[in-house]
Amino acid sequence: MSLLAVTELHKKFGGLHAVNDVSFNVESGSIKAVIGPNGAGKTTLFNLITGALKASAGQVQFKGRDIQGRKTHQIAACGIARTFQNIKLFHDMTALENVMVGRHLRSRAGFMAAMFNLPWTRREERAIRDKAMELLALLEIADFADVDATSLAFGQQRAVEFARALALEPELLLLDEPAAGLNIHETADIGRLITRIRGLGITVLLVEHDMSLVMDISDEIVVLSFGEKIAEGVPAAIQNNSEVIRVYLGD
Amino acid sequence: MKKMLPFVLLLVVVVAIQLLTAWTDTRYYLTQMTMSAYYALLIIGLCVVMGYAGQISIGHAGFFAIGGYLSAALTTRNLIAYKDTALVRVLDATGLIVAGEDIYGEALMAVTPWAACILAVLTAAVIALILGIPVLKLKGHYLAMATLGFGIIIYRIVLASAYFGEADGISEVPAFQLLPGLAVSGDFGARVSNYYIAWGLLLFGMLLMKNLIDSRVGRALRSIHGSEEAAESVGVDTARFKLQVFVISAVFAAVAGVFLTHYNGGIGPSEASVMKSVRYVAIVAVGGMAHLWGALFMGIALNFLSLRGVFGSYDDAVFGVILIVIMLFAPNGILSLDWRAYRRRLFPRGRAAETAGEGNR
Repeated sequence: MSLLAVTELHKKFGGLHAVNDVSFNVESGSIKAVIGPNGAGKTTLFNLITGALKASAGQVQFKGRDIQGRKTHQIAACGIARTFQNIKLFHDMTALENVMVGRHLRSRAGFMAAMFNLPWTRREERAIRDKAMELLALLEIADFADVDATSLAFGQQRAVEFARALALEPELLLLDEPAAGLNIHETADIGRLITRIRGLGITVLLVEHDMSLVMDISDEIVVLSFGEKIAEGVPAAIQNNSEVIRVYLGD
Repeated sequence: MKKMLPFVLLLVVVVAIQLLTAWTDTRYYLTQMTMSAYYALLIIGLCVVMGYAGQISIGHAGFFAIGGYLSAALTTRNLIAYKDTALVRVLDATGLIVAGEDIYGEALMAVTPWAACILAVLTAAVIALILGIPVLKLKGHYLAMATLGFGIIIYRIVLASAYFGEADGISEVPAFQLLPGLAVSGDFGARVSNYYIAWGLLLFGMLLMKNLIDSRVGRALRSIHGSEEAAESVGVDTARFKLQVFVISAVFAAVAGVFLTHYNGGIGPSEASVMKSVRYVAIVAVGGMAHLWGALFMGIALNFLSLRGVFGSYDDAVFGVILIVIMLFAPNGILSLDWRAYRRRLFPRGRAAETAGEGNR
């Protein structure tokens, strides 16, 4: 059984079919990329999977359970984490605190426990902090733990967002253009990082424009154009697919 | 414990003020300090909703009024006419009713302050819950308008209802016996003990809120302020957390209303007015929005000045002006103002100019 199964997913905005009966599977332990020209429906597809948008028709199944129509936080609780194309960090919070929020689902102190600062919440708080520091170290930004996250350099902000997503200990990680705005060296770093994340046993689904990165790290690629899936396969097959070449380079 | 240091310091200051007023024979200041502490209790609750969770409420005077008015009405309205109804009998049998005489010597039956307090605060919490479910789906100025509407509704209800005394409000509210020998009342003899009751309650409330902010829940609330979309993506149930913090702040407001009403011996419709809600918002803004200690100190300082009559008949106008000025010149509160930057602008040469490089750190 596939970890994620998208079946005839459809999203209409008025008369526009942003995602038009798209189906594909993501196998556990793989890295899968979704590519396509601007406006192909890649981000809409992500928003449908994470529950930020509701589908007009079709299904999204995660570990065999239908998750389409659930709220975003419920989908996160199923084991799906994500990063955003335009980085969304929590302002007025340090890098460490940002990652600590990522431990939300792995901790349980509620209003009453927090207000009375019960001994077990203090222990839990230490565990949250330790895990967050560990993740910052993994992403080599531990030195910036106490810096306001939104004042960090762009690449570091992206790293904080990665750490926050990893803090959920997800089974599936969705990356929305992880290399956007990065230079060639940083992109290579991100590529190595994604491969390392897969090494941790986390399945990765990413949307990306940088073809060298996608061809480098992906096990499989889905190509969208005007909301429709036009190709799916291993990188070598996609590179030689005449339909893909046509939509990218024109006739 | 580094976290406890500000609490210890504040406690020292509170005791010092009391001793100073005793020594200089200016005990009348304690009355306004007591009232200010109750208003500050509401303000720190509002601070967590506005500054940390990022949800505005221009209706908190409504929750204060629900607490104060219900407590006042239940402890003063005579139930003698309903003596034989089942409800009153049950209340009487469970000891929730006190019998006595009113000032004209007529027989009086009313709910005990403890029962009235609990009922008033629970009512405020339930109303906050019912209001919050639909209203907290709104954002920004839409939420502001909706909570403003709620505040106006409460104001019109207490102003129009005979049960709540219409324009006169409710007076002759009895003392609230917290413990044997310790009562919330406006008696001159109880001025010092009431000063400590109010400040004890405020410090306790502050400790709860401070703990809340420095916790998993506090981080979740701040993340909602930062980006609701990202907060949801890490599993924060934003709707539930917004609702819970709204209800808790309503409880703080209602408790403040109950205690201040027993302390003053009455409550009037001005406590429910929209200008009161605007004032609370202004004070949270002056304090620095996401700054609990700032909210507490500004809550004390500005309410104290207002109660001493320093602003005269321009009282409400002063708070309106404060809100506008703060939003324009110090949106992060006056405690966070970069005074050195202002000094540099005013005195561009000399010593200030030498340190000009520090500004862009």
